[in-house]
Amino acid sequence: MRAFAGSLRKTRKLDLIPLLILTAFALVPAAARFGAEAHVIALVTRVMIFAIAALGLDLIVGYGGLISFGHAAFVGLGAYAVGILGVHGMTEGLVALVAGLVTAVLFALATGTVCLHSQGAYFIMITLAFGQMAYFTATSLAPYGGDDGLTIEARNTILGAPVLRSDGALYYAALACLATSYLACRALVRSRFGRVLRAARENPVRVATLGFDVFRFQLVAYAISGALGGLSGFLLANATNFVSPAYMSWQRSGELIIMVLLGGMGRLHGAIIGAAVFVLMEEWLSDLTEHWKMIFGPFLVLVVLFARGGLIGLGEHVVRSLRRG
Amino acid sequence: MSLPLLIVQVLNGLQLGLLLFLIAAGLTLVFGVMNFINLAHGVQYMLGAYLAVAFYSVTGTFLGALALALAAALAIGLALEFAVFRHLYGRDHLDQVIATFGIILFIGEAVKFVWGAAPLSLPIPDAFAGAVQLMPGAIYPVWRLVIIASGLVTAAALYGFVAYTRIGMLVRAGAADAAMVSALGVDIRRLFMIVFGFGTMLAGFAGIMIAPILSVEPGMGDTVLILAFVVIVTGGIGSIRGAFAAALLIGLVDTLGRSFAVDLMRLVMAPSPARTVGPALASMLIYLVMALVLYVRPAGLFPARGR
Repeated sequence: MRAFAGSLRKTRKLDLIPLLILTAFALVPAAARFGAEAHVIALVTRVMIFAIAALGLDLIVGYGGLISFGHAAFVGLGAYAVGILGVHGMTEGLVALVAGLVTAVLFALATGTVCLHSQGAYFIMITLAFGQMAYFTATSLAPYGGDDGLTIEARNTILGAPVLRSDGALYYAALACLATSYLACRALVRSRFGRVLRAARENPVRVATLGFDVFRFQLVAYAISGALGGLSGFLLANATNFVSPAYMSWQRSGELIIMVLLGGMGRLHGAIIGAAVFVLMEEWLSDLTEHWKMIFGPFLVLVVLFARGGLIGLGEHVVRSLRRG
Repeated sequence: MSLPLLIVQVLNGLQLGLLLFLIAAGLTLVFGVMNFINLAHGVQYMLGAYLAVAFYSVTGTFLGALALALAAALAIGLALEFAVFRHLYGRDHLDQVIATFGIILFIGEAVKFVWGAAPLSLPIPDAFAGAVQLMPGAIYPVWRLVIIASGLVTAAALYGFVAYTRIGMLVRAGAADAAMVSALGVDIRRLFMIVFGFGTMLAGFAGIMIAPILSVEPGMGDTVLILAFVVIVTGGIGSIRGAFAAALLIGLVDTLGRSFAVDLMRLVMAPSPARTVGPALASMLIYLVMALVLYVRPAGLFPARGR
């Protein structure tokens, strides 16, 4: 009982961090007035967009124990929906968003049905294979730029109005999407669905014996995760005015996994922190030196070796040892 | 689609397959015996090629470059094992993926730092330069035949080593059940180091052999890494036999797919869409093969573990 009360208290305390993060995002545009505004806004928009995709990935990696190494494909699908519809003169954002989400979900259901038959390392590799298939499909889309990618003439309109034209509006749109996604994921992992998903991560056989169809739960989680990737892609295409097969490369998928692990997986705000640390470090280090990867690579190794539970885990460890004196 | 062209493409497929086998052999053993996903294996292949170029400019002979580059690749691999990998053996696959991804970033960038981003090249040794005529209309470069021959010899030697020596027996036992091997009193750390060093050298060897006909550039390890993973997963993780069969399958499917996909597509559609669909389908073919194999046999063609 005491342990239960303790875990309750812990949950309430941890809720403070996500609230602080989202508030901080909301205040960035105001604070940026004093600095290089446009640049900061664009950078933090990028953080929030990748945070949405990382949230979705955390849902299946952190809670479902399913390491998807092809997650960039979903981001690419969402982005290509914007680009391809744009080529055909359809610039309505809601249409592009729905098209991107539907494509991402269908792709997730189709590939998930095959992938979820395999376990462990085989799952990692087969999701990678499907990611590569999506990548090569994109490179062969000659009418839509092929290898070189596709420039998008103008950002999507919303119900015909060009509200996303200003960077500030796009910023808050991304923030709204991130906050909604976070709250939805939080509700999901705390629901019965989330408990089954987590239980299946620990022991799929036992969960199946209890009468749950593990495959169906995992497939739905995979599809939701894919949809979040599609949402992220929709925003990414609008933020960069560009789509290219590089959005789907396996390195991108690897980066998304890094974001999840960097913050601390299996806690949704960890994905947000991870995305922020990754994008900001990339920006800061590449300002510092052209060979920033020579610093970032070893940093990753050190995080894996010494910071179990990611940066959040490290923070908690530090707080705990400070308390102990 | 003429017979000479078909023969040349089949040989190209074999050559790619044997190259993939050299890389996949180490990867599958490291994966199978230590349950360790080493994304940095492609980097060893790239390093092999770069080291060969570097040592060639010192020694001036290919054989000298080969010997020195192999030794250096082994040394770098063992250093990595000592500094990073051995701390990851018991860890989650996710940790291994991230840490070895970090190593890819580091070495890929370090290579650019040392040798620059521009592609380098290594001349083909004089004795094996030129081409031979296999049949009227089918001319084939000698060096590619050398790669095929050395791949076959290495595969045979590896098979003999794994099937008939004591260490080979331990490697097979380790792939089936590493914990049990350790419990029987075998120094599993030493076994891991031998397997790892061996795999590293094979990947380096592949890089050295391919360097004369491929441009040596920083991204070369990434493409091959993904192909090698397709091979080991298709073949069954931990199985040398599986890696060999799957490497040849993947090499042939990829090469023949790329050269004949457009022609095949033209049988069922108009020439213009065939030119678009063909290459896309060709790039996807091996992944389709892999997904199909895994759907039918979730543990690959030749599963190493008796489950």
